Amino acid sequence: MDNLFNRKYIVQGLFIVVSLILLGTLFYIQVFSDKYFLSAESNVLRKLYTFPARGVILDRNEKILVQNEPVYDLMVIPNDVKEFDTLALCGIIGIDTIKFKKNFKKALNQSRYQPSIFEKQLSVSIYQSLSEKLYRFPGFFVQSRTIRQYPDSIAGHFLGYIKEVSPTDIERSEGYYRPGDYIGKTGVEKAYETALRGERGVVNMLYDAHNVPKGSYAEGKFDTSAVSGEQLISSLDVRIQKLGEELLKNKVGSIVAIEPATGEILAFVSSPGYDPNLMVGRQQGNNYMDLLKNPNRVLNIRPIQGYYSPGSSFKPLDALIGLQEGVIDENTTFNCPGYFRVGNHTTKCEHVDGNIALRRGLARSCNTYACYVFQKLLMQRKFKNQRIAYDYWQKKVKLWGLGDTLGIDLPGERKGRLYDASYYSKKYSKSWGYSTVISLAIGQGEMDATPLQMANIMAAIANKGYYIKPHLVKSIGKDHVIRKEYLKRNYVGVDAAHFGPVIDGMQEAVNSPWGTALASRIDGIIMCGKTGTVQNPRGKNHSVFIGFAPRDNPKIAIAVIVENAGYGGTYAAPIASYITEKYLKDSIPPNRRGGVEWMKKQVILPALPKPKVKTKAALIDSAKKADSLKKSINAIEPKKVIDKKND
Amino acid sequence: MTNQQSNRFFFNVDWITILIYIALCAVGYVNIYASVHNTADSSVFNFSSNYGKQLIYVIAGLVLGFSILLLDAKFFSVFSPIVYGVTVLLLIIVLVVGRNVGGNQAWISLGGGFRLQPSEFAKFGTALLLARYISSFSPKFRDLKSIAFAGLIMGIPLVLIMLQPDAGSALVFLAFMFPMYREGLSGYFLLIFLGMIVLFVADFLVPLKVLIPTILIIGGFFVYQNKRKQKVMFSAILVTIIAIAYLFVVKLAYEKVLKPHQRTRIELILGLKIDPKGVGYNVIQSKIAIGSGQLTGRGFLQGTQTKYGYVPAQSTDFIFSTIGEEWGFVGCFVVIGLFLFLLLRLINLAERQRSTFSRVYGYCVASILFFHVFINIGMAIGIVPVIGIPLPFISYGGSSLWSFTILLFIFLKLDSNRMGFI
Repeated sequence: MDNLFNRKYIVQGLFIVVSLILLGTLFYIQVFSDKYFLSAESNVLRKLYTFPARGVILDRNEKILVQNEPVYDLMVIPNDVKEFDTLALCGIIGIDTIKFKKNFKKALNQSRYQPSIFEKQLSVSIYQSLSEKLYRFPGFFVQSRTIRQYPDSIAGHFLGYIKEVSPTDIERSEGYYRPGDYIGKTGVEKAYETALRGERGVVNMLYDAHNVPKGSYAEGKFDTSAVSGEQLISSLDVRIQKLGEELLKNKVGSIVAIEPATGEILAFVSSPGYDPNLMVGRQQGNNYMDLLKNPNRVLNIRPIQGYYSPGSSFKPLDALIGLQEGVIDENTTFNCPGYFRVGNHTTKCEHVDGNIALRRGLARSCNTYACYVFQKLLMQRKFKNQRIAYDYWQKKVKLWGLGDTLGIDLPGERKGRLYDASYYSKKYSKSWGYSTVISLAIGQGEMDATPLQMANIMAAIANKGYYIKPHLVKSIGKDHVIRKEYLKRNYVGVDAAHFGPVIDGMQEAVNSPWGTALASRIDGIIMCGKTGTVQNPRGKNHSVFIGFAPRDNPKIAIAVIVENAGYGGTYAAPIASYITEKYLKDSIPPNRRGGVEWMKKQVILPALPKPKVKTKAALIDSAKKADSLKKSINAIEPKKVIDKKND
Repeated sequence: MTNQQSNRFFFNVDWITILIYIALCAVGYVNIYASVHNTADSSVFNFSSNYGKQLIYVIAGLVLGFSILLLDAKFFSVFSPIVYGVTVLLLIIVLVVGRNVGGNQAWISLGGGFRLQPSEFAKFGTALLLARYISSFSPKFRDLKSIAFAGLIMGIPLVLIMLQPDAGSALVFLAFMFPMYREGLSGYFLLIFLGMIVLFVADFLVPLKVLIPTILIIGGFFVYQNKRKQKVMFSAILVTIIAIAYLFVVKLAYEKVLKPHQRTRIELILGLKIDPKGVGYNVIQSKIAIGSGQLTGRGFLQGTQTKYGYVPAQSTDFIFSTIGEEWGFVGCFVVIGLFLFLLLRLINLAERQRSTFSRVYGYCVASILFFHVFINIGMAIGIVPVIGIPLPFISYGGSSLWSFTILLFIFLKLDSNRMGFI
């Protein structure tokens, strides 16, 4: 019996061991691991969001460019939906039953218990008729949010648009965005997304196992209310933006105007443009596709994506670098027989100017003068060879913001084109010199600049030696925050003293009888400028004008490009003058209004769409467009084509 | 019985056990209150609610328990065959007229909303008869006949309950192997039983091509060790062969005999299947609730999982999840500590009995409680398949509370009478 009595300990030992196993497991799931605690939180906690109004965008004079308009999303909680009159609902919100089924399935896939958007952006009138009958549709409710509205329908490229977030956006934001949120896709909306979007409000609610709300979590300690997005004061001036868009109507081109002292962009016209209101609302997708298919590549942001040879507008840089390097002074004279010839290469000049110095050379836009300066620059004795001299020159030019992005706060800016010596050495296997690249002297050849870069050069000349990084926004929020980088001066490596004669030459170009840009003269304002007629190997020449005004204490630097419009003096120069006059005087005198109206009516659209402006979007779509282009060729027959005139 | 005698009896009753009993009932009441609590109606005496009813059950249970203390101790031994017979009869009746609740035909309706679960009462019926058999015949379980007879006593209710079908309650009857072991049943039976469980689990987790060589190596080792003792060597060879055969039988039985939902439950426990919304929902939600209690718990009535009904069957089979969530590891420690203390005390009490009947019965009580506690808490924390048996004294329900009360108080009565003769 004794040894059987010992079995008591075995039984008791087993009880103890099993209890320890239970306690060990409990210790693991309760104390050691927080996995279960977190699951419990996600079981009961639902975050309900309230949407902030997106920040309003104003122009520099605080006139509204973008505002918000209430719309109503029809939401659904699939689990709460009971039988109802499907047709009645479809009728009210204007969809068919196929769409209804599709929407419902989508909502169901997202979540059975959580609300998801059933149909978005119902207008106020639909909302009104719906709200009366909403009780008949259990499981459906309306959530208000705001969409963008553009009172003047201008500056679409500049402002950009917002769109529902894509899965990639959500992924990239590391969970900030949730399906159904809106995000800036281009323009200011994208660049200033974080300031504009505001902060979502959140209400933490507790839900029971049957998904019935049971009150707020921790007495609302962690709840926040929505904070509206920051108000942006953009650099744009509605008056000249609007005028610019009207002037470039039915033409392809760009206008960029910059306030030289601040780098603020006053006008940013990309033509053909589009009404930004098209990128809002339920038709956004369809409208976008239409714009994408437009043969004139409406969605290209030409001021920062269009590539143009700077042409004659490059010549002030030749002179300035020449002066700075000391290879010329303001009185250095060259003889122009109507061409500049080196070896068997001839650069033609359209005038026979005879002996010509700096001021007149710029005013007359003399190619020969520019070529001589370039030759002198590249043949300086201090350099071992011309290739090294070229690299030195190229670096000097790059200081002006050419050949690289300026870093404007707008997505999609392109670099332009300006090669260094190694490119040519590779191309010509080292046997090259100034004569090989002589076209660069007159802003042609292997050099491309965006309209923004051209306008920026003018801003730097107006400032006599520096520019501020061009930007779209004057200040952010109620405290008028300005980014530090927009206070920094970027020097272009030419002393202020050298600017006098060059500016004289540009003043003469506009204001003297022998100038090439007489069409840009403004009464009472001394405008300094330079025309360009940019050779276009694919069609008619582009008309270019760059300049600034007034001469003393300049307020506006401007670049105007009108594609296929021929001579710079005919289109680009007057357009620039109207805009400058409007900006400086706030009105255009009656005697010039006829010209403005005439300009607005001109139609200069390319007879054959050619890939002059290559943007990513254009390249991708070019194949798709091919078909639709053929069909539309007849439709866009140009009504008037201006004959080419030469400088 | 004179007053004096009665006083002596009450003095002999083990009040410590009664205090633990009352403490566990209180834990049950508090946690049932928390499980079904809603802020709109928090009256403690709402008798239409589960906690209100539980309060009645507890009070009635105490009355029942103390009534048992007043009975003559000889009664239990003498009437044990009749009690056993009645409970078996009830188990047969329930199969015929029983009400089907949750897939099991386990309830007899008594009218007035009260229902009886005969399987609960079969436990002490069987315990009494087993104690009577062992005390009367002193079998040492060395022969097959006595093992078979004892096996029959626990086998009849086991099979009848299995037919309901209520595998969980039926399994509890295996607890009677402990008193048999105490009375002389070879420890090998328990080891074989344990081995069967280990092999069963291994059968699912380890592929046969690994498992069979492993068994052969272990078997071979024993054969080699005992090569001088022919008899032992022979047994080792036999056990190895049976073990391998067993593996195949289990596989076969698993696929042919078990129902799909039973298979799923087993697979979930073994971690072969992840199914958060299906069959495993109970266990996952229960683990989440318990785990969210962390060290000290969320506090009384603060458990979100408990309050918002995430754990099914929360006041009955999964009551432990409420304890875990609201009282944390500390609370679980206290409850398991109380149970362990009770179990160890019951064994000690059993060992101090002079009569074999009382000792065997005491072992039966401890073993049954042990099975319930281990399986119930084990399933709440996901280490035992969900077989739906209540946590003694704590889970909501009159039948289970009363049957455990009767089970325990009969032993307390026997214990208080230990100096006398039965």
